[in-house]
Amino acid sequence: MALLEVDNLQIQARKDDGTPIPIVKGVSFEVKKGEVVALIGESGSGKTTISLASLAYCKPGLEFSGGEVRLHGEDLLTMEPIAQRNIRGQRVAYLAQSAAATFNPAITIGEQVTESAVLHGILSQEEATKRAEELYVALELPDPDRLGGRYPHQVSGGQLQRLMAAMALVGKPDLLVLDEPTTALDVTTQIEVLKAFKKVIKEQGSAAIYVTHDLSVVAQIADHIVVLYAGEIQEQGTADQIINHATHDYTRRLMAAVRPSPVAGMGDDEEHGHGRDDAALSARNITAGYGGIVDGEPAVTILRDVNVDVERGDVIGVIGESGCGKSTLARVMAGLLPAARGEIVLDGKTLEPALKNRDRDELRKVQFVFQMADTALNPRQIIGDILGRPIEFYLGLKGEEKRRKVAELLHMVELPPAFASRYPMELSGGQKQRINLARALAGNPEVLLCDEVTSALDSIVGANVIELLKGLRKETGVSFVFISHDLSTVGSFADKIVVLYAGRVVEQGPTDQVLSPPFHPYTRLLITSVPEMRIGWLEDTMQTREAAAGIARSVEITATGCPFFNRCPIAIDGTCEKEVPPVRMHGSGHQIACHHTLDEVEDSEAAPQKILRGFEHTPDDDDDKIPGVFAH
Amino acid sequence: MSDTSVNTEENGAAEKKVDAIDKFAELPDAPPKKGLKLSWTGKIAVAIVATWIVVAFIGPFIAPYHEAEFVADDGFLPSMACPEITEEIFDLEDMTPDAITQYCSESESIMYLGADYLGRDTLSRVIWGARTTIGISFVATLFAYFVGITLGIGAAVSGGWIDMVLSRINESILSLPSIMLGLIAVAALGSAIPILVGTAALIYATSVFRIARALGQDIMVQDFVEAAHARGEGLWWIITREVLPNAAMPLLTDFGLRLVFVILFISSLSFLGLGVQPPMADWGSMVRENMQGLGYGSYASIWPAIAIGTLTISINLIVDDISAKSGGSLAKKMV
Repeated sequence: MALLEVDNLQIQARKDDGTPIPIVKGVSFEVKKGEVVALIGESGSGKTTISLASLAYCKPGLEFSGGEVRLHGEDLLTMEPIAQRNIRGQRVAYLAQSAAATFNPAITIGEQVTESAVLHGILSQEEATKRAEELYVALELPDPDRLGGRYPHQVSGGQLQRLMAAMALVGKPDLLVLDEPTTALDVTTQIEVLKAFKKVIKEQGSAAIYVTHDLSVVAQIADHIVVLYAGEIQEQGTADQIINHATHDYTRRLMAAVRPSPVAGMGDDEEHGHGRDDAALSARNITAGYGGIVDGEPAVTILRDVNVDVERGDVIGVIGESGCGKSTLARVMAGLLPAARGEIVLDGKTLEPALKNRDRDELRKVQFVFQMADTALNPRQIIGDILGRPIEFYLGLKGEEKRRKVAELLHMVELPPAFASRYPMELSGGQKQRINLARALAGNPEVLLCDEVTSALDSIVGANVIELLKGLRKETGVSFVFISHDLSTVGSFADKIVVLYAGRVVEQGPTDQVLSPPFHPYTRLLITSVPEMRIGWLEDTMQTREAAAGIARSVEITATGCPFFNRCPIAIDGTCEKEVPPVRMHGSGHQIACHHTLDEVEDSEAAPQKILRGFEHTPDDDDDKIPGVFAH
Repeated sequence: MSDTSVNTEENGAAEKKVDAIDKFAELPDAPPKKGLKLSWTGKIAVAIVATWIVVAFIGPFIAPYHEAEFVADDGFLPSMACPEITEEIFDLEDMTPDAITQYCSESESIMYLGADYLGRDTLSRVIWGARTTIGISFVATLFAYFVGITLGIGAAVSGGWIDMVLSRINESILSLPSIMLGLIAVAALGSAIPILVGTAALIYATSVFRIARALGQDIMVQDFVEAAHARGEGLWWIITREVLPNAAMPLLTDFGLRLVFVILFISSLSFLGLGVQPPMADWGSMVRENMQGLGYGSYASIWPAIAIGTLTISINLIVDDISAKSGGSLAKKMV
């Protein structure tokens, strides 16, 4: 008998007049002991709702309308509420998406990890603390003896995510429900968390339901995959069946939305130039940060001596992990954060560092697109006003002309003109992001600064937005600065890539060159960390040198030497931490900042070449092996 | 669903890429907006508040007597009594309610809620008092809002030393007990109605200031405000188009609560004898005037107390329904 059997589960919501709206329409699957079952689908497919049903819980406004959820053969849905409460946290544990939001910042980690087990009376406080420490070791958390006494802000995001697993596992649950536990993480952190989860689930012998929209993550961790769309199962089978031999249209669509691996030659090769050679926008020797500025040095310096040129009509991809200064760079360019030193040049003219001193036409030419469309659109203004205001403000159009331009913008972002009378709340996430883009395009800008515009969207919606951006670029000739921590998205879209690490440019150049050797060691770490939709990829990657050296540590901003020193597999002791690395040129416009000569870098890369599998396609490569990558 | 056509269009880009997928439309993740739905308590509350507002407007026309008219010679006449019943003829304390009703059934001037300590008709005074109490409180709350929002949002938007100065002044006023402050103001400046209104407005503007400033600060750090900054918008646009519309709902919810506080404040001042002056009827002063009547079994001070209770509780119930709709975000602000 399976541990958990979900049998013809139906969940519904109700309209105001009481008519039921089915949300989950007869879903059946089972989870065996020691098995990881992945529920995948895009947002709105009901995957979280179904996973919560295994805790006999449904969100307010929803109700169970049929079917059974049996744990050890006992139906959870018809139990007394008190019995259901005893199931939760004891026999079934839930891991939410955001660890940062789950931990209480004012209580020590140890107390929070052991709380539920002690509360449910499964373990005494001493036993729970001892078990928590064992779990810290199993999850490869640093300093397990003293970790319990620390506070959540004293550990990194990836560690917090693993601590949440410890919290769930302390009570020795039979079943673990993980809801998108790595979606918000950097690729490097994601590897570390996935590896720990996989190991601990094996060791503890508990079963798990893993909810995600990401096939490449699923390929690493799941034994069995259930593909959902609109509350119905489209296809289910073993990981191997689904990943390598998918038959259903929807599964294939999900696979198509998984972005291809960043491979040299994937960039858009067409010529987009406008026949002028001066850059549209350049950042020259930018040093910027937060806090008061003394002698051109901010209290907290983020960017140091950054030089980036945005050619007319080009797409510049800026990549790096969180905390590397990507958004800060865009904010400096937009004038939202005045630089402490250096200058921003637009059309050959130096711009005032601060926004308020720039004139309206300068503002019009450089537009910032915010990451979260949810917060970037005023919820109390209709779309017509949101788009109409910049049209009026920059172009001086009013009345009928303005309305026509709004309709034109909506058409440009592939939305119907009727949307002009809607409020942002009445739009889906992808639609809001389109409005967000349309607003930036309203004043016919020359440069669009896109800050992680696809990161908050699920893979299919995100892929659609990227397609839209490619179209817009052809149509309008606008230059883009495209910021993302997702190398594969950047690789498929950008002409030129800038790799930022700890506020410094470590490598930049044309996309093809950045994505082919010689790599800066950091670029290589990023490339190898992008998950492939291939079973066994995680184990392979963890054996590489880059992973071993780089994944456990996080970004630290330093004033001297090469900031990547403490994570670099080929760091030279005594040199790298003290001296700023020289910028070495490789071919036309490809720069790498490293103490090693490029030949040395390339030689070191020639060593164990396992990591490059998936990038270099040899003719005898297995055809159905899909090199895949994912977003966040 | 009407969204289908929209979604098909939305996926235009993806269709070019993968042919097999067009039947899977992007799922809308935003629920449609819902109108305000009152609970049954809310509906009763709306009825009560509406009744009081109507009474405040048409009170003088429906009240049997003028608020200052001495109807009976004796004070504290019981309910359903008539002016003909006097101490000289009857021993009121021994009379049963039935006997009173029977005796007065012939009379043309029955006092349904009895008479107050001076023999004025309690019902008429409660009806007249609605106008004074609700009127003064409403005007005072409006003033408090005008001052509090202007300065509060102003402080949030400008920040820096303006915010610092305004906030410290506000805190020093806030630190004084409100009744004490009211007593001093009235004692020094007299108890004319404009002074009462002004005092109440000043005292309650301080809490409105704090809420408006907190709301303003939250909204100022939102991306859409930053987007307006980046566009080059001026302060006026940002305040009126970006900040205020988003603060309006929680402020409106708070308006109801604040009105209740002002009603209670004016009533307490009147109760202490420093509020609305006789012979004007005001619910708070009516409670005080007729307090000693409680000893004689008179309800003359209970009726205005019930009036205050029904109005304030009803407003609170309505506010509860509204804030339940706006997700209780105001409650978070106030904690």
